[in-house]
Amino acid sequence: MTARLDKRFADLKQRNRAAFIAYIMANDPDHETCFDILRQLPTAGADVIELGFPFSDPMADGPSVQKAGQRALKAGGSLRKTLDLVTRFRAHDKDTPLILMGYTNPVEQMGHTAFAEEAHKAGVDGCIIVDLPPEEDAPLRAALSPHQISLIRLAAPTTNDERLKTVLEGVSGFLYYVSVVGVTGAKAAVTTQVRTALEHLKQATSLPIAVGFGVRAPEAARALALTADAVVVGSAIVDEIANSGKPEAVERVLRKVKLLSDAVHTARDLEGLSP
Amino acid sequence: MDARRNWQDLPDERGRFGAYGGRYVAETLMPLVLDLEKAYRAAQADPAFQAQMDDFWTHYVGRPSPLYFAERLTEHFGGAKIYFKRDELNHTGAHKINNCLGQVLLAKRMGKTRIIAETGAGQHGVATATICARFGLPCVVFMGATDIERQKPNVFRMKLLGAEVRPVASGAATLKDAMNEALRDWVTNVHDTFYCIGTVAGPHPYPEMVRDFQSVIGREARAQILEREGRLPDAVMACVGGGSNAIGLFHAFLDDEDVKIYGVEAAGRGIDDRFEHSAAIRGGRPGVLHGNRTYLLQNADGQILEGHSISAGLDYPGVGPEHSYLNDIGRAKYLSATDDEALAAFQLCAKLEGILPALEPSHALARVGDIARELGPNGLIIMNLCGRGDKDVFTVADALGVKL
Repeated sequence: MTARLDKRFADLKQRNRAAFIAYIMANDPDHETCFDILRQLPTAGADVIELGFPFSDPMADGPSVQKAGQRALKAGGSLRKTLDLVTRFRAHDKDTPLILMGYTNPVEQMGHTAFAEEAHKAGVDGCIIVDLPPEEDAPLRAALSPHQISLIRLAAPTTNDERLKTVLEGVSGFLYYVSVVGVTGAKAAVTTQVRTALEHLKQATSLPIAVGFGVRAPEAARALALTADAVVVGSAIVDEIANSGKPEAVERVLRKVKLLSDAVHTARDLEGLSP
Repeated sequence: MDARRNWQDLPDERGRFGAYGGRYVAETLMPLVLDLEKAYRAAQADPAFQAQMDDFWTHYVGRPSPLYFAERLTEHFGGAKIYFKRDELNHTGAHKINNCLGQVLLAKRMGKTRIIAETGAGQHGVATATICARFGLPCVVFMGATDIERQKPNVFRMKLLGAEVRPVASGAATLKDAMNEALRDWVTNVHDTFYCIGTVAGPHPYPEMVRDFQSVIGREARAQILEREGRLPDAVMACVGGGSNAIGLFHAFLDDEDVKIYGVEAAGRGIDDRFEHSAAIRGGRPGVLHGNRTYLLQNADGQILEGHSISAGLDYPGVGPEHSYLNDIGRAKYLSATDDEALAAFQLCAKLEGILPALEPSHALARVGDIARELGPNGLIIMNLCGRGDKDVFTVADALGVKL
C-alpha cells in the first residue's frame, strides 16, 4: 500500500537521509536465487525495492537490464512468477515498500483489474510502467487506486514545464526522475545538472523525488543523495549477477547493495548538510 | 459498420484507431513525439512541403507507378480482371521510398541532422540510406545480426550509399530487436536525431504519417483505374507485414463502401500455436509493443514471439494499428498465405507475366486467384505489387533446392 511508501519516506526525511532504492529483476538468475536475494535486500540497506518483471522487448533499458530480463525469461520468469516472489517476500517483511517495474504488455495481458487485485494481495506498493506515459495511464491508474497502489510517474530531462504539469497531475507515491537522456545504466548522470533539475522539480511538487537511470557508482549515488529524496541503482546491481555464478551471486549482489546504500545513507552526515 | 464514418479523420487526436494505436513510449520520448506531431501538422499545411515531395516523387522516385493489366494471370485464374499497381518500379525497387522521402524532408524542416532507421530485410534501410545520401545526411541503420547474415547484398548496398549499418545482437537479433535498438538510440540522441520508421507502426503520429506518405499509391491507383475501366475496382489487395504498402493502397478506397479490401498476412509454416508464422491479426491478439496497441504474436504472459515468414519483409510480430481497427470493424478482411503458396505465386508471376515479384506481394498474389474466381469475369481487382523480387532470388533458389 502507498501508506508503506509514505511512511518510509517520512521516516527517512526525519532522519535527514535519502532512501536507497535497489532494483533487481524478478527470476534473475532463477526463481530461488532471486528470492534469496530479494529477502535479504532490506538487511543490506535497501529502503525501497524495485522489482523488475521481465519483458521480451525492453525498449527503455540498456544492456545490463536487457540481459537480466533475458536471463529471467530463460529461467521461466513472468509477471505471475514476479507476484509469487512478492507474496513470499511479504511473508517475511511487512515494512519495506516494494515497487514493480516493467512494461505495459504483460500487465495488459493479465488484465488491469486482475493485475491490481493480485498485486494488492501480494503486497505491492507501487508500479512503474516505463512505456505508459500520463496520456495512456488512466485505465491502469483507475484499476490500481482502490487498492492504494501508486502508479509512479516519470520525469525526464526532456520534460518541459508545460508537460511537467501533465506528469504531476494526480501523481502519488514519489516522482521518478530519469537523470539521463538515454536508457537505463548506459550513461552516467552529471550530478550538477541533476541537482539543478531536482531543485526545479521541488518547486513544482512536494512529493519525494527519486533519481535513477544513470547511477552506477557509490560516489555518484552519494553525491545525488545530497539533493534527491531517493537514489535508484539497477544496472550496477544486476551486473553482479551477470558476472558471477549462482552460488556467489547472492553474496555479490548484497555486498554491492550494502556499498551503495552506505554511500546514500551517510551522504548527508559526511557533508554536514541538510537539504 | 458505420457507413458515415469519415475515414480521413482517423486517427483521433490521441492517435487512436478505435482501441488501437496510441503513444506508449517512455517519458523521455514523449516530448519528442509531441514535437514531431506538431512539425508534421505544420508540414501538412504547407503547400511548399507537398510541392517538394511531388517534385522528388516525379523525378527521383519515378511516380506515378503504372497500373498494369496482368492479362495472362487473369486468363490463368479465369475470373476477375487483375491489375497490378507497380510500386516495384520505384527507385530502390519497392514502395518504401515513398515514406522515407516524406520523413527525411520533414526531418530537414525540423532541423534534425542525423537519421536513424530500423530494417529487417534491408529494403527500408536501403530506401532510407538512399534518401539520406541524396540530402547529405548521416544515416545509421539498425539491423539484427541474424538479418545481416541473411541479407548481405542489402547490407553492402546500404554501405555503398554511405550509411552505417549497426548490428543488433540483443533479443533474437531480428527486426523487432532492431526497432528496440533504434528506439534506444533515439532516446539517447533526442536533440539531433530523427527516427525514420519503416512501417505504419510506432507511437502516434507515425502510423498516420507513414500512411499519409504511402497513400499516394491508392490515390494514383484510384485515378488510374477510373481512367482505364471507367469504374472503381471490386476489390483491392495487398500483403500485410507491418502493413505500410497495404494501407497505402487501401486508404484512398476506404470511403468507397463497395470496394472490398483484402490484406494478406504471412502464414509461414501454418497458423497454429507453434507460432511459425507472422500473421498478427489472424494468429495473434491485441497488446502493446513499439509504442502502439495492436494485434501481436505473443504468449499468455505478454512476451512477444518471433514468428516466421519466408519473406523477411513480413517477418514482424505486429501489424499497423489501423489494420487492427479495419479488421475489427469489418471494413477490411485479412487472409493469409503460407511460405509454399507465396513461393508458387512467385514462380507463376515470373512465368506468366515476366515479372519477378518480391516474396512479400507474392503472398497477396497467392490469394488473388481465390478472389478473382469469387468475383467472376465481370470483376476488377487491383493488387499492390509493392516490391520487386531480385532481392529474393537467393531465398527462392534455396527454398527450391537450387544451388547458385
